[in-house]
Amino acid sequence: MAATKEAQAQRNPGVNKIGLERSDYKGLSTTLCQGCGHNSISSQITAACFEMSVRPEQLVKLSGIGCSSKSTAYFMSRSHAFNGLHGRMPALATGAVLANRSLRAIGVSGDGDTASIGLGQFKHLVRRNVPIVYIVENNGVYGLTKGQFSATADKGQVIKSQGENPFLPVDICMEALAANCGFVARSFAGDPRQAKELIKAALAFKGTAVLDIISPCVTFNNRDESTKSYTWGKEHEDPLQDVTLVPEREEIEVDYEPGQTTSVRLHDGSRLLLQKLSRDYNPTDRAAALSLLEEARSQQLLITGLIYIDPSQPTLIDVQGLVETPLAHLADGLLRPSKESLEAILAEYR
Amino acid sequence: MSAVGKVDAAVAPSTTQAIVNDFTLKVATVNGSGSQTANVAILRALFRMGISVSGKNIFPSNIQGLPTWYAIRLSASGYAARSERAEILVAVNPTTFAEDLQDLPGGGVCFHPDHLTPPQSRDDVVFYPMPIQRLVRELNPPKNLRDYIANMGYVGVVAEVLGIELEAIRSALSTHFRGRASAVDLNMRMVQAAADWARESLVKQDPYRVERSDQTGGKILVDGNTAAALGALYGGVNFAAWYPITPASSLAEALGDYLPQLRKDPATGKLTCAVVQAEDEMAALGMAVGAGWAGARAMTSTSGPGLSLMAEFAGLAFFAEVPVVIWDIQRIGPSTGLPTRTSQGDILFARFLGHGDTKHILLLPGTVAECFEFGWKAFDLAERLQTPIFVMSDLDLGMNVWMTEPFAYPESPMDRGKVLDAEDLERIGSFARYRDVDGDGITYRTLPGNKHPLAAYFNRGTGHDDKGSYSERPDHWEENLKRIWRKMETAGAYVPRPVVQPTRGAGIGLIAYGSADPAVLEARDLLAAEGIPSDYLRLRAVPFTEDVEAFVREHDRIYVIEMNLDGQMRQLLQIEYPTEAAKLRSIAKVDGLPLTAGWLEESVRREEEQ
Repeated sequence: MAATKEAQAQRNPGVNKIGLERSDYKGLSTTLCQGCGHNSISSQITAACFEMSVRPEQLVKLSGIGCSSKSTAYFMSRSHAFNGLHGRMPALATGAVLANRSLRAIGVSGDGDTASIGLGQFKHLVRRNVPIVYIVENNGVYGLTKGQFSATADKGQVIKSQGENPFLPVDICMEALAANCGFVARSFAGDPRQAKELIKAALAFKGTAVLDIISPCVTFNNRDESTKSYTWGKEHEDPLQDVTLVPEREEIEVDYEPGQTTSVRLHDGSRLLLQKLSRDYNPTDRAAALSLLEEARSQQLLITGLIYIDPSQPTLIDVQGLVETPLAHLADGLLRPSKESLEAILAEYR
Repeated sequence: MSAVGKVDAAVAPSTTQAIVNDFTLKVATVNGSGSQTANVAILRALFRMGISVSGKNIFPSNIQGLPTWYAIRLSASGYAARSERAEILVAVNPTTFAEDLQDLPGGGVCFHPDHLTPPQSRDDVVFYPMPIQRLVRELNPPKNLRDYIANMGYVGVVAEVLGIELEAIRSALSTHFRGRASAVDLNMRMVQAAADWARESLVKQDPYRVERSDQTGGKILVDGNTAAALGALYGGVNFAAWYPITPASSLAEALGDYLPQLRKDPATGKLTCAVVQAEDEMAALGMAVGAGWAGARAMTSTSGPGLSLMAEFAGLAFFAEVPVVIWDIQRIGPSTGLPTRTSQGDILFARFLGHGDTKHILLLPGTVAECFEFGWKAFDLAERLQTPIFVMSDLDLGMNVWMTEPFAYPESPMDRGKVLDAEDLERIGSFARYRDVDGDGITYRTLPGNKHPLAAYFNRGTGHDDKGSYSERPDHWEENLKRIWRKMETAGAYVPRPVVQPTRGAGIGLIAYGSADPAVLEARDLLAAEGIPSDYLRLRAVPFTEDVEAFVREHDRIYVIEMNLDGQMRQLLQIEYPTEAAKLRSIAKVDGLPLTAGWLEESVRREEEQ
């Protein structure tokens, strides 16, 4: 391990390709509970953006309501943020990226925000392939309102105030896949390296990238038998691949055995390396992805990694046929048609 | 009566003098039968003959099969309000024939297809049976167009009997079919055949006719939703999201129709505005708010039920101070109500939309030309004031075709409001999103993507200090909300002022807004003729400007006229001018139909007699 850390330090002498330091990606101090999975994810978002040399000013952070949605304040203070309404972050994101197509959007949501109140907007965002990294910090409970079941809570789970949960959970990856998402991944806040590499891959992906990250709530849902707990995750995580994102123009430095690793080229020129682990799994096969999720659901497996990828689908911006210049930056002359054009229209109505 | 040839029309008051350009023609038909094309062709043809016209489509919430009426009013005095009765009936719908015939006044006229037998006899009505089915058979149009072509039968007969020029009909159809010659020709063949038949077979026994006139000089004939869409496009709209709802859909559809024509970048052929059909109205406004925050000129359009869903985002945009334009084409409520009927029932709801201390700016277009004007002006106001701007149109204004002044090209350059770019920040050296630097309550914003490291701020619906940082401090909350209210006072200097029409010696004041205007204009003449002269103030915005206050203070009695049951604008005026509250009297009616001058005149007169 010591050798690896040293190597890492060598590779990261403190500034990234655009000359920024890690501190340039910092956010405010978190006000979430100590040990909350969300804090770990905030750290991985920060690290991913630093390593990908994302310009903070070019990024927008969008969120709904809930513990997860508050966390956009805890990373990258140099990025504009919009902490909007419960379950309605997808609408804000859709408008923002159409208004300025040069922005990179990260949306942070929770299981209540995405799978309950915002399920409709979530699915329509995915269906339209809005360019965004959509992270669900999934802990199975409502934290800010003191621990009620969310729509991703385990069936049969018992909490003191509400008794036993009689309903099957909503599977966010399954919902994303059903809505034809081109990037579906699941991770675990207790596996920061994988989470970070998947976030990097999502940043390099041009459409909607959905990451369902199991993120334990240490206060309301961290009992060992909960599938959203640290203990369960550590004991049951079954990663599909060893994921490495190699940014554009960077040399591939990881060793991998030919035949054991799949390389996926992403829109921005970066490559996603997926080294097989225990399963022989092809993440470009949608039917295989659906059956994998069904297997995970029925057997309560925490299968993590890249579940599905298809970088070929057009985004909402592509289908709109918009000018390259961000709409928000267009000069007035391009926005107001000529007086003569108005006269011509009025002539038709005379 | 069903005989073809020289029809022996029923007894008519043949001694009556000719009534020229001053009557109402009502077509009773069936929804989905394509009669709107025929009716608007008659309307437009009359307009092109220089005759003052207004059209009212009274239609059901239905795709096909339920009764629809289209009333065309010709007015020698230029009045455009709905008329209470129609002297001429074109009865195409068998299911309503009896009541339609009953509604005809004595001396009235009834055109009907000869396969429909009038359900009762009226000695005081002139009947003109029309052999529509035979004429269609003889013309033998393509099967799928048969029903549409049949409507042109009554167009031809009515044109011949009343004296509408066929060339004017042709020109109107050419506008409707956007110059497609084959469609115009096919329809005109039926019009011509029917007119020929009428000329040869009917003896004119009614007094109604039309003559070329000069009442329409320079005017245009168009609906308010098209005007609003054009106004938005000339106002530089970058983003529109919408969800289908009657009577607002045609606004967004007109945007989409004109977008390729008006808003393509000539260099690349790419669009400078995005239009998204959202999954619901919450998303529609949410997208527009996201776009407005990111620096686009963003809008949505809806009607009452959609506005209900938008409440949460409206409150957020007010508090987070995001520019966005919301068109509300009002229909009747509560709930689904009468989805195809008009009202001014959303005024209070829109004004206060949101929980807590929300007070929104409303614009109140009263003419189709103002729909265009407010279409572009709303963006200037939204960006100047960094707040949602509600434009309160209605079904009557939005969906009906009106004679109106031609749209004036925007006279002022776009006002993009207080936005700091990277160079500004470099020069100033600091940035606090919600700090009132100028003392007018309007603070400076930066747009996402601004490359300066100081540019970012955290936009939120939660309590915040003047930097936008989360704060639960009571003083921060109070200061911030009071500053927003100061901004709303500043708004008074920017919103459109009312239109005031004084009359010498008037003792009473009338206040109205929106599509109530035509009925007020006509009723004022009726009242004046009875010795009740009135001053008239037409509101064009909330908050009220000082002109409104002066008007209220100057009059002893003020009648506030509107199309809702609870006198919503009167309530707003009473809130604003509590010491004058007793002077403000409500004349309000809501039955789904546009107001008539007769009802209004009677209502004011009755009040005045007390």
